Amino acid sequence: MFWNREMETISGEDLEALQLSRLKWTVHHSQNVEFYRRKFRDAGVTPDDIKTLDDVEKLPFTYKKELRDAYPFGNIAVPMKQVVRIHTTSGTTGKPTVVSYTRQDLDNWSELIARNLTMIGLTDEDVFQNAVNYGLFTGGLGFHYGGEKIGATVIPSATGNTKRQIEMIDDFGVTAIHCTPSYGMHLVEVAEEMGASLDSLRIGIFGAEPWSENMRKELETRLGVEAFDSYGMSEMYGPGAAFECPEHDGLHLWHDFYFAEIIDPETGERLPDGEKGELVITPLVKEAMPLVRYRTGDITRIIPDDCPCGRGRRLARISGRADDMLVIRGINVFPSQIEHTLLSIPEVGDQFMVYVDRINHLDEMTIEVEMNRESFSGELADLAGLQRKVAGAIKESLNLRTTVKLVALGSLPRFEGKARHVVDRRGEIW
Amino acid sequence: MAEKKYLIKQISIFSENKPGRLAAIAKALQEAGVNILAFSIAEANGFGVVRALVNKPDLAHTTLTDIGFMVSFTDVIAVAMRDEPGGLFEIARILGEAGINIEYSYAYSGKDGAVLILRVDQVEEGVEKILAAGGTLLDVSLFQ
Repeated sequence: MFWNREMETISGEDLEALQLSRLKWTVHHSQNVEFYRRKFRDAGVTPDDIKTLDDVEKLPFTYKKELRDAYPFGNIAVPMKQVVRIHTTSGTTGKPTVVSYTRQDLDNWSELIARNLTMIGLTDEDVFQNAVNYGLFTGGLGFHYGGEKIGATVIPSATGNTKRQIEMIDDFGVTAIHCTPSYGMHLVEVAEEMGASLDSLRIGIFGAEPWSENMRKELETRLGVEAFDSYGMSEMYGPGAAFECPEHDGLHLWHDFYFAEIIDPETGERLPDGEKGELVITPLVKEAMPLVRYRTGDITRIIPDDCPCGRGRRLARISGRADDMLVIRGINVFPSQIEHTLLSIPEVGDQFMVYVDRINHLDEMTIEVEMNRESFSGELADLAGLQRKVAGAIKESLNLRTTVKLVALGSLPRFEGKARHVVDRRGEIW
Repeated sequence: MAEKKYLIKQISIFSENKPGRLAAIAKALQEAGVNILAFSIAEANGFGVVRALVNKPDLAHTTLTDIGFMVSFTDVIAVAMRDEPGGLFEIARILGEAGINIEYSYAYSGKDGAVLILRVDQVEEGVEKILAAGGTLLDVSLFQ
Protein backbone atom coordinates (compact mmCIF):
# COMPACT_ATOMS: atom_id res chain seq x y z
CA MET A 1 0.00 0.00 0.00
CA PHE A 2 1.11 3.55 -0.75
CA TRP A 3 0.25 6.74 1.07
CA ASN A 4 1.69 8.95 -1.67
CA ARG A 5 2.40 6.68 -4.63
CA GLU A 6 3.70 9.47 -6.85
CA MET A 7 6.44 10.58 -4.46
CA GLU A 8 7.22 7.15 -3.08
CA THR A 9 7.87 5.68 -6.52
CA ILE A 10 9.38 8.69 -8.28
CA SER A 11 12.56 7.59 -10.01
CA GLY A 12 15.12 8.27 -12.71
CA GLU A 13 15.30 11.74 -14.24
CA ASP A 14 12.14 12.89 -12.49
CA LEU A 15 13.65 12.11 -9.10
CA GLU A 16 16.97 13.71 -9.99
CA ALA A 17 15.29 16.88 -11.22
CA LEU A 18 13.20 17.11 -8.06
CA GLN A 19 16.20 16.46 -5.82
CA LEU A 20 18.32 19.02 -7.66
CA SER A 21 15.75 21.79 -7.41
CA ARG A 22 15.18 21.06 -3.75
CA LEU A 23 18.92 20.80 -3.08
CA LYS A 24 19.41 24.24 -4.60
CA TRP A 25 16.63 25.64 -2.43
CA THR A 26 18.10 24.04 0.71
CA VAL A 27 21.59 25.31 0.05
CA HIS A 28 20.34 28.86 -0.54
CA HIS A 29 18.08 28.63 2.50
CA SER A 30 20.98 27.47 4.68
CA GLN A 31 22.58 30.89 4.15
CA ASN A 32 20.08 32.34 6.60
CA VAL A 33 22.18 30.68 9.30
CA GLU A 34 25.34 32.47 10.30
CA PHE A 35 27.48 29.38 10.74
CA TYR A 36 26.57 28.08 7.28
CA ARG A 37 27.53 31.41 5.74
CA ARG A 38 30.87 31.13 7.54
CA LYS A 39 31.38 27.50 6.50
CA PHE A 40 30.64 28.27 2.86
CA ARG A 41 33.01 31.23 2.97
CA ASP A 42 35.75 29.11 4.52
CA ALA A 43 35.23 26.41 1.90
CA GLY A 44 35.20 28.95 -0.92
CA VAL A 45 31.80 27.91 -2.27
CA THR A 46 28.54 29.71 -2.88
CA PRO A 47 25.04 28.29 -3.23
CA ASP A 48 25.18 29.06 -6.94
CA ASP A 49 27.96 26.50 -7.36
CA ILE A 50 25.31 23.77 -7.14
CA LYS A 51 24.43 23.02 -10.75
CA THR A 52 24.16 19.23 -10.59
CA LEU A 53 23.49 16.75 -7.79
CA ASP A 54 27.15 15.76 -7.83
CA ASP A 55 28.12 19.34 -7.03
CA VAL A 56 27.02 18.61 -3.48
CA GLU A 57 30.52 17.20 -2.99
CA LYS A 58 31.87 20.75 -3.14
CA LEU A 59 29.99 21.65 0.04
CA PRO A 60 31.40 21.38 3.54
CA PHE A 61 30.13 18.75 5.97
CA THR A 62 28.02 19.71 8.98
CA TYR A 63 28.79 18.08 12.33
CA LYS A 64 26.61 17.47 15.34
CA LYS A 65 28.91 19.63 17.44
CA GLU A 66 28.18 22.65 15.24
CA LEU A 67 24.45 22.25 15.76
CA ARG A 68 24.97 21.91 19.51
CA ASP A 69 27.33 24.88 19.72
CA ALA A 70 24.59 26.99 18.12
CA TYR A 71 22.46 26.54 21.28
CA PRO A 72 19.80 27.65 21.71
CA PHE A 73 18.55 29.08 18.41
CA GLY A 74 21.68 29.69 16.34
CA ASN A 75 20.91 26.93 13.84
CA ILE A 76 17.47 28.25 12.92
CA ALA A 77 16.99 29.61 9.41
CA VAL A 78 13.56 31.18 9.77
CA PRO A 79 12.17 33.98 11.99
CA MET A 80 11.26 32.57 15.40
CA LYS A 81 7.61 33.40 14.89
CA GLN A 82 7.53 30.73 12.18
CA VAL A 83 8.86 28.11 14.60
CA VAL A 84 5.89 26.25 16.03
CA ARG A 85 7.70 23.59 18.05
CA ILE A 86 11.10 22.67 19.39
CA HIS A 87 12.47 19.37 20.57
CA THR A 88 15.89 18.64 21.99
CA THR A 89 18.17 15.68 21.46
CA SER A 90 18.85 13.15 24.17
CA GLY A 91 21.92 12.41 26.15
CA THR A 92 24.36 15.24 25.69
CA THR A 93 26.54 16.71 28.38
CA GLY A 94 25.80 20.32 29.10
CA LYS A 95 23.45 21.89 26.64
CA PRO A 96 21.33 19.71 24.38
CA THR A 97 20.90 20.27 20.66
CA VAL A 98 17.74 22.17 19.88
CA VAL A 99 15.84 21.01 16.81
CA SER A 100 13.04 23.24 15.61
CA TYR A 101 10.08 22.93 13.29
CA THR A 102 7.92 25.19 11.18
CA ARG A 103 4.33 24.18 10.58
CA GLN A 104 5.42 22.86 7.16
CA ASP A 105 8.18 20.83 8.84
CA LEU A 106 5.63 19.18 11.13
CA ASP A 107 3.39 18.45 8.14
CA ASN A 108 6.34 16.93 6.29
CA TRP A 109 7.27 14.80 9.28
CA SER A 110 3.71 13.51 9.62
CA GLU A 111 3.71 12.77 5.90
CA LEU A 112 6.82 10.61 6.33
CA ILE A 113 5.31 8.68 9.21
CA ALA A 114 2.05 8.28 7.28
CA ARG A 115 4.01 6.78 4.38
CA ASN A 116 5.87 4.45 6.72
CA LEU A 117 2.75 3.21 8.45
CA THR A 118 0.84 2.75 5.21
CA MET A 119 3.81 0.96 3.64
CA ILE A 120 3.73 -1.67 6.36
CA GLY A 121 0.01 -2.17 6.13
CA LEU A 122 -1.56 0.11 8.72
CA THR A 123 -4.86 1.80 7.91
CA ASP A 124 -7.62 3.70 9.66
CA GLU A 125 -8.84 0.29 10.88
CA ASP A 126 -5.80 -0.09 13.14
CA VAL A 127 -5.31 0.67 16.82
CA PHE A 128 -1.78 1.99 17.29
CA GLN A 129 -0.09 2.08 20.69
CA ASN A 130 2.78 4.57 20.72
CA ALA A 131 4.88 3.28 23.62
CA VAL A 132 7.79 5.67 23.40
CA ASN A 133 8.73 8.74 25.38
CA TYR A 134 6.61 11.80 24.65
CA GLY A 135 7.87 15.25 25.45
CA LEU A 136 11.20 16.58 24.24
CA PHE A 137 12.19 13.24 22.73
CA THR A 138 11.09 13.21 19.09
CA GLY A 139 9.78 9.65 19.04
CA GLY A 140 6.48 10.30 20.78
CA LEU A 141 4.89 13.21 18.95
CA GLY A 142 6.36 12.29 15.56
CA PHE A 143 4.65 8.93 15.38
CA HIS A 144 1.59 10.27 17.15
CA TYR A 145 0.69 12.76 14.44
CA GLY A 146 1.66 10.37 11.65
CA GLY A 147 -0.65 7.76 13.14
CA GLU A 148 -3.50 10.25 13.35
CA LYS A 149 -2.83 11.36 9.78
CA ILE A 150 -3.59 7.90 8.41
CA GLY A 151 -6.67 7.74 10.63
CA ALA A 152 -5.47 5.01 12.94
CA THR A 153 -6.72 5.07 16.53
CA VAL A 154 -3.64 6.33 18.35
CA ILE A 155 -3.01 5.50 22.01
CA PRO A 156 -0.34 7.83 23.42
CA SER A 157 0.66 5.30 26.07
CA ALA A 158 4.22 6.67 26.31
CA THR A 159 6.66 4.62 28.43
CA GLY A 160 6.53 2.95 31.80
CA ASN A 161 3.87 1.03 33.73
CA THR A 162 4.35 -2.09 31.67
CA LYS A 163 1.42 -4.00 33.15
CA ARG A 164 -0.93 -1.17 32.23
CA GLN A 165 0.55 -1.13 28.72
CA ILE A 166 -0.22 -4.83 28.37
CA GLU A 167 -3.76 -4.41 29.69
CA MET A 168 -4.29 -1.68 27.11
CA ILE A 169 -3.13 -3.94 24.30
CA ASP A 170 -5.65 -6.58 25.30
CA ASP A 171 -8.49 -4.25 26.34
CA PHE A 172 -8.24 -1.87 23.38
CA GLY A 173 -7.45 -4.53 20.80
CA VAL A 174 -4.17 -2.89 19.82
CA THR A 175 -2.96 -4.07 16.41
CA ALA A 176 0.34 -2.19 16.12
CA ILE A 177 2.87 -1.00 18.65
CA HIS A 178 5.86 1.33 18.43
CA CYS A 179 8.59 1.03 21.05
CA THR A 180 12.31 0.43 21.45
CA PRO A 181 13.33 -3.17 20.74
CA SER A 182 14.51 -3.65 24.31
CA TYR A 183 11.21 -2.41 25.67
CA GLY A 184 9.50 -4.80 23.26
CA MET A 185 11.40 -7.68 24.83
CA HIS A 186 10.48 -6.43 28.28
CA LEU A 187 6.81 -6.30 27.27
CA VAL A 188 7.04 -9.91 26.08
CA GLU A 189 8.41 -11.07 29.40
CA VAL A 190 5.90 -9.22 31.53
CA ALA A 191 3.04 -10.35 29.27
CA GLU A 192 4.18 -13.96 29.60
CA GLU A 193 4.29 -13.61 33.40
CA MET A 194 0.81 -12.08 33.41
CA GLY A 195 -0.50 -14.73 31.05
CA ALA A 196 -1.67 -12.01 28.65
CA SER A 197 -2.20 -13.28 25.12
CA LEU A 198 -1.62 -10.08 23.11
CA ASP A 199 -3.61 -11.80 20.34
CA SER A 200 -4.63 -8.58 18.63
CA LEU A 201 -1.06 -7.41 17.95
CA ARG A 202 0.17 -7.95 14.42
CA ILE A 203 2.76 -5.23 13.76
CA GLY A 204 5.72 -4.04 15.81
CA ILE A 205 7.74 -0.95 14.92
CA PHE A 206 11.11 -0.83 16.63
CA GLY A 207 13.57 2.02 16.59
CA ALA A 208 15.88 4.35 18.54
CA GLU A 209 18.27 1.47 19.28
CA PRO A 210 20.15 -0.92 17.04
CA TRP A 211 18.72 -4.41 16.98
CA SER A 212 19.86 -7.64 15.40
CA GLU A 213 18.18 -10.17 13.15
CA ASN A 214 18.19 -12.56 16.12
CA MET A 215 16.22 -10.05 18.11
CA ARG A 216 13.83 -9.74 15.17
CA LYS A 217 13.13 -13.48 15.34
CA GLU A 218 12.57 -13.32 19.07
CA LEU A 219 10.29 -10.28 18.90
CA GLU A 220 8.30 -11.77 16.03
CA THR A 221 7.85 -15.15 17.71
CA ARG A 222 7.17 -14.09 21.25
CA LEU A 223 5.29 -10.83 20.67
CA GLY A 224 3.42 -12.30 17.71
CA VAL A 225 4.17 -9.39 15.37
CA GLU A 226 5.81 -8.66 12.07
CA ALA A 227 8.75 -6.48 13.12
CA PHE A 228 9.80 -3.36 11.20
CA ASP A 229 12.93 -1.28 11.64
CA SER A 230 12.55 2.48 11.97
CA TYR A 231 15.49 4.81 11.39
CA GLY A 232 15.84 8.47 12.07
CA MET A 233 17.34 11.10 14.29
CA SER A 234 16.18 14.37 15.76
CA GLU A 235 18.25 16.31 13.24
CA MET A 236 16.18 14.66 10.46
CA TYR A 237 12.88 15.64 12.18
CA GLY A 238 13.00 12.47 14.27
CA PRO A 239 12.25 8.81 13.71
CA GLY A 240 10.74 7.72 10.43
CA ALA A 241 13.23 9.29 8.01
CA ALA A 242 13.91 5.79 6.70
CA PHE A 243 11.81 2.70 7.23
CA GLU A 244 11.69 -0.96 6.41
CA CYS A 245 9.10 -2.15 3.89
CA PRO A 246 7.50 -5.62 3.95
CA GLU A 247 10.49 -6.98 2.00
CA HIS A 248 12.50 -6.59 5.25
CA ASP A 249 15.64 -5.97 3.26
CA GLY A 250 16.87 -2.46 3.97
CA LEU A 251 15.43 0.94 4.77
CA HIS A 252 13.59 3.27 2.42
CA LEU A 253 15.03 6.71 2.95
CA TRP A 254 12.40 9.05 1.55
CA HIS A 255 14.28 10.28 -1.48
CA ASP A 256 12.12 13.34 -2.15
CA PHE A 257 12.90 14.60 1.39
CA TYR A 258 16.50 13.50 1.92
CA PHE A 259 19.59 13.29 -0.25
CA ALA A 260 21.95 10.55 0.89
CA GLU A 261 25.66 10.04 0.36
CA ILE A 262 27.92 7.34 1.69
CA ILE A 263 31.43 8.49 2.51
CA ASP A 264 34.64 7.12 3.90
CA PRO A 265 34.53 8.53 7.43
CA GLU A 266 38.32 8.91 7.52
CA THR A 267 38.90 10.72 4.24
CA GLY A 268 35.46 12.23 3.60
CA GLU A 269 35.56 10.82 0.04
CA ARG A 270 32.28 9.73 -1.47
CA LEU A 271 32.05 5.93 -1.86
CA PRO A 272 30.43 4.09 -4.78
CA ASP A 273 27.00 2.53 -4.32
CA GLY A 274 27.16 -0.76 -2.48
CA GLU A 275 30.17 0.14 -0.38
CA LYS A 276 29.88 0.52 3.36
CA GLY A 277 30.60 3.89 4.91
CA GLU A 278 29.16 6.76 6.90
CA LEU A 279 25.73 8.07 5.96
CA VAL A 280 25.73 11.77 5.13
CA ILE A 281 22.35 13.41 4.78
CA THR A 282 21.21 16.62 3.17
CA PRO A 283 17.52 17.14 3.89
CA LEU A 284 15.78 18.68 0.89
CA VAL A 285 12.74 20.39 2.37
CA LYS A 286 13.63 21.25 5.96
CA GLU A 287 12.75 24.82 6.81
CA ALA A 288 13.49 25.66 10.43
CA MET A 289 16.78 23.78 10.71
CA PRO A 290 18.30 23.07 7.31
CA LEU A 291 21.31 20.77 7.14
CA VAL A 292 24.05 20.59 4.58
CA ARG A 293 25.85 17.25 4.27
CA TYR A 294 25.17 16.26 7.84
CA ARG A 295 27.50 13.58 9.23
CA THR A 296 25.15 11.07 10.87
CA GLY A 297 27.94 8.86 12.24
CA ASP A 298 25.88 5.82 11.22
CA ILE A 299 27.46 3.13 9.06
CA THR A 300 25.45 1.71 6.18
CA ARG A 301 25.57 1.25 2.41
CA ILE A 302 23.29 1.98 -0.50
CA ILE A 303 21.80 -1.23 -1.90
CA PRO A 304 22.20 -0.65 -5.64
CA ASP A 305 19.17 -2.64 -6.84
CA ASP A 306 15.67 -1.24 -6.79
CA CYS A 307 13.38 -2.75 -4.17
CA PRO A 308 10.64 -5.04 -5.49
CA CYS A 309 8.13 -2.91 -3.58
CA GLY A 310 8.55 -0.14 -6.14
CA ARG A 311 10.08 2.52 -3.92
CA GLY A 312 13.51 2.51 -5.52
CA ARG A 313 16.83 2.10 -3.82
CA ARG A 314 17.30 1.40 -0.14
CA LEU A 315 19.85 1.85 2.58
CA ALA A 316 21.05 -1.31 4.30
CA ARG A 317 20.10 -1.51 7.97
CA ILE A 318 22.55 0.45 10.11
CA SER A 319 25.54 -1.73 10.91
CA GLY A 320 27.60 0.36 13.29
CA ARG A 321 28.95 3.77 14.20
CA ALA A 322 31.75 5.75 12.62
CA ASP A 323 32.56 7.17 16.05
CA ASP A 324 32.46 5.67 19.54
CA MET A 325 28.90 6.73 20.32
CA LEU A 326 26.90 4.23 22.34
CA VAL A 327 23.15 3.87 22.27
CA ILE A 328 22.03 2.93 25.77
CA ARG A 329 18.31 2.49 26.30
CA GLY A 330 17.73 4.63 23.26
CA ILE A 331 19.89 7.45 24.58
CA ASN A 332 22.94 8.51 22.60
CA VAL A 333 26.02 8.67 24.78
CA PHE A 334 29.64 9.28 24.01
CA PRO A 335 32.15 7.65 26.38
CA SER A 336 33.76 11.07 26.80
CA GLN A 337 30.51 12.37 28.33
CA ILE A 338 30.47 9.64 30.95
CA GLU A 339 34.14 10.29 31.68
CA HIS A 340 33.58 14.02 31.94
CA THR A 341 30.75 13.54 34.44
CA LEU A 342 32.76 11.15 36.61
CA LEU A 343 35.86 13.31 36.58
CA SER A 344 33.81 16.25 37.85
CA ILE A 345 33.09 14.40 41.12
CA PRO A 346 35.97 15.13 43.53
CA GLU A 347 35.61 11.86 45.48
CA VAL A 348 36.07 9.86 42.29
CA GLY A 349 39.70 9.45 41.35
CA ASP A 350 40.84 9.16 37.77
CA GLN A 351 40.36 5.39 37.92
CA PHE A 352 37.00 4.09 36.88
CA MET A 353 35.50 1.64 34.41
CA VAL A 354 32.11 1.77 32.78
CA TYR A 355 30.53 -1.42 31.52
CA VAL A 356 27.43 -1.64 29.33
CA ASP A 357 25.66 -4.99 29.36
CA ARG A 358 22.39 -6.30 28.06
CA ILE A 359 20.62 -8.09 30.90
CA ASN A 360 17.20 -9.59 30.27
CA HIS A 361 17.12 -7.64 27.01
CA LEU A 362 17.60 -4.30 28.75
CA ASP A 363 20.72 -2.20 28.62
CA GLU A 364 22.38 -1.90 32.00
CA MET A 365 25.30 0.34 32.84
CA THR A 366 27.67 -0.46 35.68
CA ILE A 367 30.32 1.95 36.86
CA GLU A 368 33.23 0.65 38.91
CA VAL A 369 34.94 3.42 40.81
CA GLU A 370 38.15 3.55 42.79
CA MET A 371 37.46 6.41 45.10
CA ASN A 372 40.00 8.98 46.06
CA ARG A 373 42.09 7.89 49.03
CA GLU A 374 41.70 11.31 50.64
CA SER A 375 37.93 11.08 50.46
CA PHE A 376 37.67 7.91 52.53
CA SER A 377 36.26 8.87 55.92
CA GLY A 378 35.95 5.34 57.22
CA GLU A 379 32.17 5.70 57.50
CA LEU A 380 29.94 3.30 55.65
CA ALA A 381 27.26 5.97 55.24
CA ASP A 382 29.70 8.23 53.37
CA LEU A 383 30.54 5.40 50.98
CA ALA A 384 26.87 4.70 50.31
CA GLY A 385 26.41 8.44 49.85
CA LEU A 386 29.14 8.49 47.21
CA GLN A 387 27.43 5.64 45.35
CA ARG A 388 24.24 7.66 45.27
CA LYS A 389 26.12 10.80 44.24
CA VAL A 390 27.76 9.10 41.25
CA ALA A 391 24.50 7.48 40.14
CA GLY A 392 22.72 10.80 40.61
CA ALA A 393 25.28 12.72 38.55
CA ILE A 394 25.00 10.27 35.65
CA LYS A 395 21.23 10.38 35.87
CA GLU A 396 21.21 14.14 35.89
CA SER A 397 23.65 14.71 33.06
CA LEU A 398 22.88 11.78 30.79
CA ASN A 399 19.47 10.58 31.99
CA LEU A 400 20.84 7.07 32.42
CA ARG A 401 20.30 4.67 35.27
CA THR A 402 23.47 3.07 36.57
CA THR A 403 24.72 0.66 39.18
CA VAL A 404 27.75 2.09 40.97
CA LYS A 405 30.29 -0.27 42.51
CA LEU A 406 33.04 0.99 44.77
CA VAL A 407 36.16 -1.10 44.32
CA ALA A 408 39.53 -1.37 46.02
CA LEU A 409 42.42 0.88 45.08
CA GLY A 410 44.51 -0.65 42.35
CA SER A 411 41.90 -3.18 41.28
CA LEU A 412 40.93 -1.53 37.99
CA PRO A 413 42.97 -1.95 34.81
CA ARG A 414 45.63 0.69 34.15
CA PHE A 415 46.15 1.82 30.58
CA GLU A 416 49.29 2.53 28.70
CA GLY A 417 48.49 5.15 26.13
CA LYS A 418 44.88 5.90 25.38
CA ALA A 419 42.64 4.87 28.25
CA ARG A 420 39.59 2.83 27.45
CA HIS A 421 37.28 3.52 30.37
CA VAL A 422 34.02 2.51 28.71
CA VAL A 423 33.48 -1.08 27.60
CA ASP A 424 30.40 -2.17 25.70
CA ARG A 425 29.86 -5.85 26.53
CA ARG A 426 26.49 -6.20 24.77
CA GLY A 427 28.13 -8.19 21.98
CA GLU A 428 26.58 -8.52 18.56
CA ILE A 429 23.69 -6.10 18.52
CA TRP A 430 24.21 -4.36 15.23
CA MET B 1 40.79 18.20 77.90
CA ALA B 2 40.40 15.29 80.26
CA GLU B 3 38.06 13.54 77.81
CA LYS B 4 40.91 13.14 75.31
CA LYS B 5 42.27 10.20 77.29
CA TYR B 6 39.07 8.29 76.56
CA LEU B 7 39.28 8.75 72.78
CA ILE B 8 40.56 5.61 71.13
CA LYS B 9 41.81 5.51 67.55
CA GLN B 10 39.92 2.92 65.58
CA ILE B 11 41.24 2.11 62.13
CA SER B 12 38.63 1.79 59.38
CA ILE B 13 39.65 -0.08 56.26
CA PHE B 14 37.75 -0.11 52.97
CA SER B 15 37.35 -3.58 51.57
CA GLU B 16 35.54 -5.00 48.61
CA ASN B 17 33.18 -7.74 49.61
CA LYS B 18 35.08 -10.69 48.21
CA PRO B 19 37.06 -13.66 49.49
CA GLY B 20 40.57 -13.10 50.78
CA ARG B 21 40.35 -9.43 51.69
CA LEU B 22 40.27 -9.94 55.45
CA ALA B 23 43.13 -12.43 55.19
CA ALA B 24 45.21 -9.84 53.35
CA ILE B 25 44.59 -7.26 56.07
CA ALA B 26 45.29 -9.70 58.92
CA LYS B 27 48.45 -11.01 57.29
CA ALA B 28 49.87 -7.52 56.82
CA LEU B 29 49.16 -6.64 60.44
CA GLN B 30 50.76 -9.85 61.65
CA GLU B 31 53.91 -9.17 59.65
CA ALA B 32 54.09 -5.67 61.10
CA GLY B 33 53.65 -7.00 64.63
CA VAL B 34 50.34 -5.24 65.20
CA ASN B 35 47.95 -6.88 67.65
CA ILE B 36 44.21 -6.67 66.99
CA LEU B 37 42.23 -6.13 70.18
CA ALA B 38 38.74 -6.01 68.69
CA PHE B 39 37.25 -5.76 65.28
CA SER B 40 34.06 -5.90 63.26
CA ILE B 41 33.03 -5.89 59.63
CA ALA B 42 30.23 -3.68 58.37
CA GLU B 43 28.85 -4.62 55.01
CA ALA B 44 26.99 -2.49 52.49
CA ASN B 45 26.19 -2.80 48.82
CA GLY B 46 29.13 -4.80 47.46
CA PHE B 47 31.74 -3.43 49.83
CA GLY B 48 32.50 -3.25 53.50
CA VAL B 49 34.43 -1.42 56.15
CA VAL B 50 36.65 -3.40 58.50
CA ARG B 51 36.90 -1.64 61.85
CA ALA B 52 39.59 -2.61 64.30
CA LEU B 53 41.11 -1.55 67.58
CA VAL B 54 44.79 -2.29 67.45
CA ASN B 55 47.69 -1.73 69.81
CA LYS B 56 49.70 0.30 67.26
CA PRO B 57 47.23 2.32 65.15
CA ASP B 58 49.79 4.49 63.36
CA LEU B 59 51.87 1.50 62.35
CA ALA B 60 48.73 -0.32 61.21
CA HIS B 61 47.70 2.70 59.17
CA THR B 62 51.06 2.98 57.43
CA THR B 63 51.33 -0.75 56.86
CA LEU B 64 47.92 -1.10 55.26
CA THR B 65 48.21 2.11 53.25
CA ASP B 66 51.55 0.93 51.85
CA ILE B 67 49.98 -2.19 50.40
CA GLY B 68 47.19 -0.20 48.79
CA PHE B 69 44.34 -0.17 51.28
CA MET B 70 42.28 2.90 52.01
CA VAL B 71 42.52 3.47 55.74
CA SER B 72 41.27 6.18 58.03
CA PHE B 73 41.14 6.84 61.76
CA THR B 74 37.90 7.22 63.66
CA ASP B 75 37.60 8.18 67.33
CA VAL B 76 35.63 5.64 69.35
CA ILE B 77 35.12 5.15 73.08
CA ALA B 78 35.17 1.98 75.15
CA VAL B 79 32.69 1.44 77.96
CA ALA B 80 33.35 -1.20 80.64
CA MET B 81 30.58 -3.75 81.16
CA ARG B 82 30.03 -6.36 83.81
CA ASP B 83 30.59 -9.78 82.19
CA GLU B 84 27.38 -11.34 83.51
CA PRO B 85 23.68 -11.31 82.64
CA GLY B 86 22.38 -7.74 82.65
CA GLY B 87 25.77 -6.20 81.91
CA LEU B 88 24.75 -4.86 78.50
CA PHE B 89 21.39 -3.68 79.78
CA GLU B 90 23.04 -1.64 82.46
CA ILE B 91 25.22 0.17 79.96
CA ALA B 92 22.50 0.51 77.36
CA ARG B 93 20.26 2.10 80.00
CA ILE B 94 22.97 4.60 80.93
CA LEU B 95 23.46 5.46 77.25
CA GLY B 96 19.74 5.86 76.76
CA GLU B 97 19.35 8.07 79.79
CA ALA B 98 22.34 10.11 78.72
CA GLY B 99 20.69 10.64 75.32
CA ILE B 100 23.58 9.10 73.40
CA ASN B 101 22.84 8.11 69.82
CA ILE B 102 24.99 5.16 68.73
CA GLU B 103 26.18 5.17 65.13
CA TYR B 104 27.63 1.71 65.48
CA SER B 105 29.03 -0.51 68.15
CA TYR B 106 30.79 -3.81 68.73
CA ALA B 107 31.88 -5.61 71.84
CA TYR B 108 34.34 -8.11 73.19
CA SER B 109 34.69 -9.99 76.42
CA GLY B 110 38.20 -10.50 77.74
CA LYS B 111 39.95 -11.54 80.94
CA ASP B 112 39.55 -8.09 82.45
CA GLY B 113 35.82 -8.00 81.79
CA ALA B 114 33.59 -7.06 78.89
CA VAL B 115 33.95 -3.95 76.77
CA LEU B 116 31.51 -2.16 74.52
CA ILE B 117 33.14 -0.13 71.73
CA LEU B 118 30.99 2.83 70.66
CA ARG B 119 31.06 5.22 67.78
CA VAL B 120 28.91 8.20 68.71
CA ASP B 121 28.11 11.34 66.80
CA GLN B 122 29.45 14.00 69.19
CA VAL B 123 32.24 12.05 70.81
CA GLU B 124 33.46 14.54 73.44
CA GLU B 125 29.96 15.43 74.50
CA GLY B 126 29.21 11.69 74.63
CA VAL B 127 32.13 11.10 76.98
CA GLU B 128 30.85 13.74 79.41
CA LYS B 129 27.32 12.40 79.35
CA ILE B 130 28.35 8.79 79.93
CA LEU B 131 30.58 9.74 82.83
CA ALA B 132 27.82 11.92 84.31
CA ALA B 133 25.35 9.05 84.02
CA GLY B 134 27.68 6.79 85.99
CA GLY B 135 29.34 4.82 83.19
CA THR B 136 32.96 3.69 83.29
CA LEU B 137 35.10 4.56 80.28
CA LEU B 138 38.34 2.81 79.56
CA ASP B 139 41.49 4.89 79.20
CA VAL B 140 43.17 4.86 75.78
CA SER B 141 46.43 3.75 77.45
CA LEU B 142 44.86 0.35 78.12
CA PHE B 143 44.75 -0.22 74.37
CA GLN B 144 47.31 1.90 72.61
